[in-house]
Amino acid sequence: MGIAIAIVRMKDLFAVIMLSGIYGLLSASFFVAMDAVDVAFTEASVGAGISTLLMLVALTMTGRSEHPVRHKPVLALAVVIVTGGLLIYGTLDMPYFGSAEAPIHLHVAPRYINESMQEIGVPNIVTSVLASYRAFDTFGEVVVIFTAGMGVLALLSVVRRPEELAKIDSLNDSMHEQHLILRIVTKMLIPFILLFALYVQFHGDYGPGGGFQAGVIFAAAIILYAMLFGMSTARRVINQSFIQLFAAIGVLLYGSVGVISLLKGKNFLDYSALSADPVAGQHLGILLIELGVGVTVASIMVIIFFNFAGRRHNPQNKGNDDSC
Amino acid sequence: MLAHLPILQVIVPMMAAPLCLFLTRPRLVWLFALIVSGLAFLISCILLQQVMTSGAIIYELGGWDAPWGIEYRIDQLSAFLLLIISAVSTVVLFAAHTSIQKEIPVDRHTLFYILYLLSLAGMLGIVATGDAFNVFVFLEISSLSAYALIALGKDRRALWAAYQYLIMGTIGATFILIGIGLIYQMTGTLNMNDLSMRLPEVAHTRTVFTAFAFIIVGVCLKLALFPLHLWLPNAYAYAPSIITAFLAATATKVAIYLLIRFTFSVFGLSFSFTTLPLQILFVVLGLSGIFAASTAAIYQKNVKHLFAYSSIAQIGYMIVGFSVSTTTGLMATLLHLFNHALMKSALFLALAAVMYRIGGVQLSQFQGLGRQMPLTMAAIVIGGLSLIGVPLTVGFVSKWYLILAVIENGWWPVAVLILLGSLLAVVYVWRIVETAYFKPPLAGSEAIKEAPLSFLVPIWVLVIANIYFGIDTRLSIQVTQVAAQSLFGVGPP
Amino acid sequence: MLMGLYNYWIVVVLMMVGFYIVIAHGNLIKKIVGLSIFQTSVFIFYISMAKVDGGTAPILSDGISKYSNPLPHVLILTAIVVGIATTALGLALAVRIKEAYGSIEEEEIQKKDNLDC
Repeated sequence: MGIAIAIVRMKDLFAVIMLSGIYGLLSASFFVAMDAVDVAFTEASVGAGISTLLMLVALTMTGRSEHPVRHKPVLALAVVIVTGGLLIYGTLDMPYFGSAEAPIHLHVAPRYINESMQEIGVPNIVTSVLASYRAFDTFGEVVVIFTAGMGVLALLSVVRRPEELAKIDSLNDSMHEQHLILRIVTKMLIPFILLFALYVQFHGDYGPGGGFQAGVIFAAAIILYAMLFGMSTARRVINQSFIQLFAAIGVLLYGSVGVISLLKGKNFLDYSALSADPVAGQHLGILLIELGVGVTVASIMVIIFFNFAGRRHNPQNKGNDDSC
Repeated sequence: MLAHLPILQVIVPMMAAPLCLFLTRPRLVWLFALIVSGLAFLISCILLQQVMTSGAIIYELGGWDAPWGIEYRIDQLSAFLLLIISAVSTVVLFAAHTSIQKEIPVDRHTLFYILYLLSLAGMLGIVATGDAFNVFVFLEISSLSAYALIALGKDRRALWAAYQYLIMGTIGATFILIGIGLIYQMTGTLNMNDLSMRLPEVAHTRTVFTAFAFIIVGVCLKLALFPLHLWLPNAYAYAPSIITAFLAATATKVAIYLLIRFTFSVFGLSFSFTTLPLQILFVVLGLSGIFAASTAAIYQKNVKHLFAYSSIAQIGYMIVGFSVSTTTGLMATLLHLFNHALMKSALFLALAAVMYRIGGVQLSQFQGLGRQMPLTMAAIVIGGLSLIGVPLTVGFVSKWYLILAVIENGWWPVAVLILLGSLLAVVYVWRIVETAYFKPPLAGSEAIKEAPLSFLVPIWVLVIANIYFGIDTRLSIQVTQVAAQSLFGVGPP
Repeated sequence: MLMGLYNYWIVVVLMMVGFYIVIAHGNLIKKIVGLSIFQTSVFIFYISMAKVDGGTAPILSDGISKYSNPLPHVLILTAIVVGIATTALGLALAVRIKEAYGSIEEEEIQKKDNLDC
């Protein structure tokens, strides 16, 4: 909480972003205390990891200090106080924190807790709700991340001529030759990170984890590689349009699982159609869609990062039309 | 396959979007997107027909029954909205290929269609779903793609407009998320139908009151209801012309749909209109929206800005109809929803054609266009007449029902104000007519030709629809009447 | 009452701090930081209501009968992804705005827009 207030006062954006990363990390540890291990895992990798990284990259392009605000933001303060007051007022009739008799614990959730083992056969209830009961939300989530990736591409992608590429190449190589130790350590680390990502990907049924977290970790490995070996080397290893196709394949894999169940006469995303035994079908379905999530998330994260970083090396900033 | 139509309606455009990446040439992508959108339109026609004959369709996703899984629930209202959205999208997309040639760099064309399809899928998803949280997810799909699409505009102010829209839109969405969280906490369910049954038990609590307030404010931010409209004019004015036509005709309509859905179906009529002074609040906001925005429209120099402000005013009419909260009032709102989609898509498409030919839409550039682009300008005139509410156009039908509803309720002053508001529309439409027809063409503009057929066909399809539905009102009135009655719980379910 | 609800009150204060940053500050990057704090606080709010006293993480195992509610966890997993998607897009816009206007301060951008016309 102190951190949040510090963020309001700070003018140095670098510190602000670092603090917001810490805020993400703290809320992740709070989620662990609240029994939400899956969420904590995601928040730690997203709130403290990816989003901080993105903000920092963006900051290198936009300058780091904030101008002081001249006028007194009384109106804003008033709006905030009214909204906050209304919320506090709303909390007055809420069930108490931690109370087991609250309506949310009595109505829909008990079925998930008591019957998901028979219906789906996966110990991690979060996974079964995420990937089966509310699988369509998750499909929407994959599409959201796909949309963001496409949006970033539309905004930031630059088409380079070969000679410019060569210039950037030489620049990068000289920059990165120095960190020999770092490079060797990273080279050793990356296989382990990738292995860990795969573990998280396929272990989501039993412990915390799943496609999204795995995708983020996988992307982190690639981003780490790109940071140390230079963008152009990384680009040479991983082709841009190739990743885009991968992102599309992830969404399509998820969707086609649904379409297959449609074709087999069941409803969209009804995995029991996938196999003769409904529980086995659920297993297979969850495995496939988690894979779809993982592939899309990893490729979109890489796309987003590459395009942010690629913009930075871009000497000719194509300004928009200035005319009215 | 017929039983799966509700889900196909949404996933067809949604899965077509990533498929676009596999097509190499922008022209192919355009054709593909057009076919997909047409398919969605076809599906929505069949769905509307099914719903009108046999009542609401329920589709359980993943085969899980309702409060545990997510269900799609298509009733008359949602089928009507699905039809509007997919129809407008298809017609507008027809002109897209020509229009974006001059407005968007070629390497962005494929991305443009992908985002367009995603936005379409997001809006269809919001309307089709029967699950409150699913609404949030699809809202974000449609808004994120809309932000990116607006930012593709040629002018650098498109970026700033998109950024402002992003901030406002995300605040709106987060408010809705808070509201959904609060009602979920009080009832333990996210399914709309289940919510409507369980909410009355806890309706007196302060938590539900707060939830209602947050959802309404969040939706009104998306709706650009006066005075939360500040993001809209720039976003519409600087977006690529095709996107303006598409969003103006659909995005705010979806927000109106959400407003109706939450107040009538989820919270229930008696709660929505008794706990808060919502009726009086909305009448006042609606009317002041009409006047403030119409007056602002008169002073605009950019014609896209002008019609954007007029959109805010038209939202005011819909809100007035909504706040009457009688069957006729709601009918007027729904009719106006449909009619406004027709008018604004026709008008903005015509502006897209002007943009294509002369590269700008400043009012001063319109001088003499009446002779140089006669068909396009005629379309703008008819669209404008419809906006004013002249008989024989669709605009007349909805204004007629709106005034009828207001008078039924004995709100005479409101009726007078609505008529006065229409006079303001006369003024701003006249300014365009005057410049285009009664001023000599600008020097050096002799080379300007009529818009190409790829514009004229969709524009005139919409214009003819404007006149057709203004004369033969059976279809639109029947559908809106049944939809309004079912929301009030009278008549066939 | 104080003990039962104080957790929510802290969350409300956090949300409002985030909200305040969004609407009161003029720096585009800082607005996005505020937005992500606002959203993260809403996540905390959802997760708080899932907690059951004495319950454990919702991963089934023998000998445990009391679990926290898994549904809000699922919702928030989705919402986190939506949040990062919004952040990424917002930052991309901020970068483009910087390139086009040479500034990421709201006031300066507005001033430049007014000069243009």
